[in-house]
Amino acid sequence: MARMGFFTDTSVCIGCKACEVACKEWNGVPDDGFDLLGSSYDNTGGLGASTWRHVAFIEQPAKANGDFRWLMESDVCKHCTHAACLDVCPTGSLFRTEFGSVVVQDDICNGCGYCVPACPFGVIDRRSGGTAVKNGGLAQKCTLCYDRLGAGMTPACAQTCPTESIQFGDIDELRARADARLRELHESGVAEAQLYGHDPDDGIGGAGAMFLLLDEPETYGLPPDPVVTTRDLPDMWKRAALAAVAMAAGVLGAFAGRRG
Amino acid sequence: MVPEAEFTSYYGRPILKASPWQDDIPAYLFLGGLAGGSALLGAGADLSRRPALRRASRLGALGAIGLSFAALVHDLGRPSRFVNMLRVAKPTSPMSVGTWILTAFGPCVGIAAAAEVPRLVPRPLRGLVRRAARPAGLAAAALGPAVASYTAVLIADTSTPTWHESYRELPFVFVGSAAAASGGFGMLLAPVAEAGPARRSAVGGALLELAASQRMETSAGLAAEPLHTGRAGALLRASQALTLAGAVGTLLGGRSRPLAAASGAALLAGSACTRFGIFHAGQESARDPKYTVVPQRERMAERGD
Repeated sequence: MARMGFFTDTSVCIGCKACEVACKEWNGVPDDGFDLLGSSYDNTGGLGASTWRHVAFIEQPAKANGDFRWLMESDVCKHCTHAACLDVCPTGSLFRTEFGSVVVQDDICNGCGYCVPACPFGVIDRRSGGTAVKNGGLAQKCTLCYDRLGAGMTPACAQTCPTESIQFGDIDELRARADARLRELHESGVAEAQLYGHDPDDGIGGAGAMFLLLDEPETYGLPPDPVVTTRDLPDMWKRAALAAVAMAAGVLGAFAGRRG
Repeated sequence: MVPEAEFTSYYGRPILKASPWQDDIPAYLFLGGLAGGSALLGAGADLSRRPALRRASRLGALGAIGLSFAALVHDLGRPSRFVNMLRVAKPTSPMSVGTWILTAFGPCVGIAAAAEVPRLVPRPLRGLVRRAARPAGLAAAALGPAVASYTAVLIADTSTPTWHESYRELPFVFVGSAAAASGGFGMLLAPVAEAGPARRSAVGGALLELAASQRMETSAGLAAEPLHTGRAGALLRASQALTLAGAVGTLLGGRSRPLAAASGAALLAGSACTRFGIFHAGQESARDPKYTVVPQRERMAERGD
């Protein structure tokens, strides 16, 4: 099975939020409050347990004509090649599917919350509300519409996107498409265009959801150089073992001294 | 003071998610250390024939591990599904590794502690518990240091800047803190004539904790900043003062019963403040995008990106 994923081309996003709505509808994601956040047209805030697509809106003075430009970007789980959430999950609830995506099994997750601080993108979260809410108390995030993929369908967000800003497909093909689009934009003078999550040699081994951005990643609330925390885990275990040996030697050594 | 770092963010919102953990988790970190250290002291006291220290340490280890287990389960989003931890064993998940360490440690500590209160053990089992107490206590002692040090990996193996960036020193801070706490506990409850090893272990642990914390400050870079500010800063300053006072009190007055008890209490409180301080510093570092963006940008600049 080929690895499937998203390429989100923010240069053609119109900020309609149809992806947010389609995702909520298809996946039965409960509402998580209606707030006015005072951040342009973004009243969603960010990805979380009950927001699996999030459209960011950034208003900037444009560099070229002195006017103003509006950046819009539909953010989503990156379905990392080296996924920290999956690595640290102590129940095996998080798993990698035959499509290469990373999915929570709702009937296994016990809500330990370890995946939440593990994620270098701040995507996954524990749904509040306890058992009164659907999947309350459990870790929740984008499933790449695992159920739709199994039926040969396209994820709801990509299906509904009216400008094809969200493209779904085979990761290798999407990467080639992203490269081509970047070249096209650079040739037409959009020098600030850059790809994000497309490089298999980055700190997460490349994302299953890559982006074309028109500014630096942190402008959109993305980490500029994400690294999977478990990359350092062998070193951590070594140091913990050393510390444990030191402790055993120290405490038992305390008995070796003079009586009293 | 480090100059205010310049960075871009999305409306100042966090990039990372802070852990959803409540105070259960730092309490668990503290109690796990106390249990691990007490298991070691209990076994040492058993072998060196110090019955009062043995009794205090074994019962202390059981109490601490019992409470820490309760804290751990209470913090789950679905406590009834705790047993799902036991369906896999994953070396990539420090929480999975820790669950298995605790699963082995708990019963050993329980048997060793049961031998101290034979009247609470059902009559037919008393002989068995008495014979099993020493081997169980030794097994608990073998696992104790792992119980105390794995929790450092537990929090360091995250994207939370302050926890991850201090992963090199954190296990040493934690075992030092654990030795100080368990030594302090022994000093609090055992007579001074038997508490010599508890005193030495407490002072050694306190010094290790203070030294490793100092080193952590420099190696964590910008991510060390939340260790000094707000609630975390106050907790860690309290921890330093209590640990230092406890160590000095132990050295100068460890043979006086009241001073030994006061020093032991100070060391216990210091250890608890260390765990709560480091916990809250990490939470704060995840909430401020500065600690995510600035070090990553520096890393990229060093690489020449």
